[in-house]
Amino acid sequence: MAWQSKQREIGTAGWGWAIFAGIIAFIYFFPVLWIILTAFKTNADILAVPPKFFFTPTLENFVSVFSRSYIKGQAAVDTGFDRFFFNSIFIAGTSVLLALVIGTLAAYGFSRYPLPGNDTYLFIILTTRMLPPIIVIIPIFIMFRIAGLSGTYPGIILLYTAFNLPFTIWMMKSFFDELSPDVEDAARLDGSSEKRLFFKVCFPQIIAGLAATAVFGLILTWNEFIFALLLTGVETRTVPVAMAQTIGGDIGVRWGLLAAIETLFLIPVIIVVFVLQKHLLRGVTFGTIKR
Amino acid sequence: MTAVTSDATGTPRWLTPSPRNWRLALLIAVVAIPGSIWLAPGNVAFWISFVAVSAVTLAVTINAWGRYPGPLLVAPAIALLFVMNIFPLMWSFGLSFFRFRVNRQAPPRFAGLDNYEKILTDPTVWDRLQTTALVVVFTVAIQMIVGFLLALLFEKEFPGRRVLLMLVLTPMMLSFVAVGAFFRFYYEPTFGLLSQAVRLFTGEPFILLKTPAGALAGIVFADAWMWSPFVMLLVLAGLVSVPKYLYEAAEIDRASWWRKFRTITFPYIRSLLLLALLFRTIEAFKLFDIVFLITDGGPGSSTETIAVYVFRVSFQFFRTSQSSALAYFILFIVIVLTNLYLYFARQRSQEA
Repeated sequence: MAWQSKQREIGTAGWGWAIFAGIIAFIYFFPVLWIILTAFKTNADILAVPPKFFFTPTLENFVSVFSRSYIKGQAAVDTGFDRFFFNSIFIAGTSVLLALVIGTLAAYGFSRYPLPGNDTYLFIILTTRMLPPIIVIIPIFIMFRIAGLSGTYPGIILLYTAFNLPFTIWMMKSFFDELSPDVEDAARLDGSSEKRLFFKVCFPQIIAGLAATAVFGLILTWNEFIFALLLTGVETRTVPVAMAQTIGGDIGVRWGLLAAIETLFLIPVIIVVFVLQKHLLRGVTFGTIKR
Repeated sequence: MTAVTSDATGTPRWLTPSPRNWRLALLIAVVAIPGSIWLAPGNVAFWISFVAVSAVTLAVTINAWGRYPGPLLVAPAIALLFVMNIFPLMWSFGLSFFRFRVNRQAPPRFAGLDNYEKILTDPTVWDRLQTTALVVVFTVAIQMIVGFLLALLFEKEFPGRRVLLMLVLTPMMLSFVAVGAFFRFYYEPTFGLLSQAVRLFTGEPFILLKTPAGALAGIVFADAWMWSPFVMLLVLAGLVSVPKYLYEAAEIDRASWWRKFRTITFPYIRSLLLLALLFRTIEAFKLFDIVFLITDGGPGSSTETIAVYVFRVSFQFFRTSQSSALAYFILFIVIVLTNLYLYFARQRSQEA
């Protein structure tokens, strides 16, 4: 879209500019590159002074993310990250899926059957997303304690579904708004029912949009920290919380482990976002800016 | 409500048991919810209320099925947001007028406007707001400048542009926790990259987070690095929307670079710059995770932003009701900013 140049009228620059841009991009990317390099280093290499740019790569850190090979003193200690990874994937996946179903229906409703005060609803919905989570978390914390939901999967999944909804609704509404009304009018003239109109006419056209919304929702949910910090228990802890706790621990921080975890997350994200570049702008502005 | 008789027995319609009779369901719920809250223990009351609300929902749904598609489609979303966002907000609004601590057994006591008076006269709150303002101003300013320069870099097509763009966009996809954790690692006095780089020149280890100004700079740098690509994306969208013929015309007129920028480019990116500014301001205002991980508000409390402060007041000091009042203060600011943002976003989409 926006900065994809195919059909756009943008100028071209030569190799000189490409090299210049390459250097800048490399400097900008360097902190991320260092995380990835750290993931392949031994602990001694990580803490080396001066920093080591060339080293013998090791997969030790990746292995210790999922295994119990971490030796503390004499005994093997479980890093527990296999569990936290499962939790993060399960919680993020379920809540994004739920939000996608509920949110797509709502977006279709907002787009095709405007209610009186439609914009007000949409504004309130976006505001709930813009709020610092810290504001709502106090009563939610109390609510969850009363209902016995804190530290359970249903609790955090329900909360994350609500967390994802505003984003999903705004994203999907922006996709629905862009569909040409002519096709629908034609189908309506042919006597299609409203249900058929949604499933056979609109739905096939927004599958790419659904995929983009799901991916950005997954990234947002995976990275979420405060809600998870306060509302997950030992059993349901997610990766960011576990990472933060590793840092606060009394033993030396295992930077290699943290780097390996982040690298494992980052690689699929980079690939997927590269594929979805078209929808990136929309994704990061919650669907408020299309192009 | 007028009793509409629907059948021969003369039972009013709103008392006829039927799956679509939402009036009856509502009546039962209105009795059952306060009753259960009054009589049953907390968790039982919660589930009774839950079932009652579900029943009403079901009845309303069956009643609306096929007749009101609009409300029916948006209702589940609104309901969930109500339960998870609006209701908690109302609750904390209520709490803010009471004296209540979540870690004590004592029931809430009515306190009127005491909490608001306390936070508005508390110098700590103003101090934290000042810190937040400093962070917001610096980080947003740097993001705007760096983002703008990056956009100029990627404005033109060149070999490998897509890949390089991806590299620059990556920081945005990282989690706040990862950025916080690894910048803390980079700022580490002995083996951190920053300290080692400085030592090459001064021979002394460099402890950035030791001084308040340094700690603030550390936070601002990490956040600005993470989010400059966001501004770049928006500015790029504006830059490529400028029609090429305008530049060609300016070329003929031998207009200077600055003049071309001011009269052709800038009008096309102005609205997007404004949107980027507002969006980043809202986001920077609630900055929590990075501060929490890099400095934890230190040294002393010099980098404690308002979000970190609310977190401490509610979950370390457990002054629950006071933090609710504080939350409302923040809510107000965010609503104003979001309103402005949407106003300009809508204006722009109408222009386009």
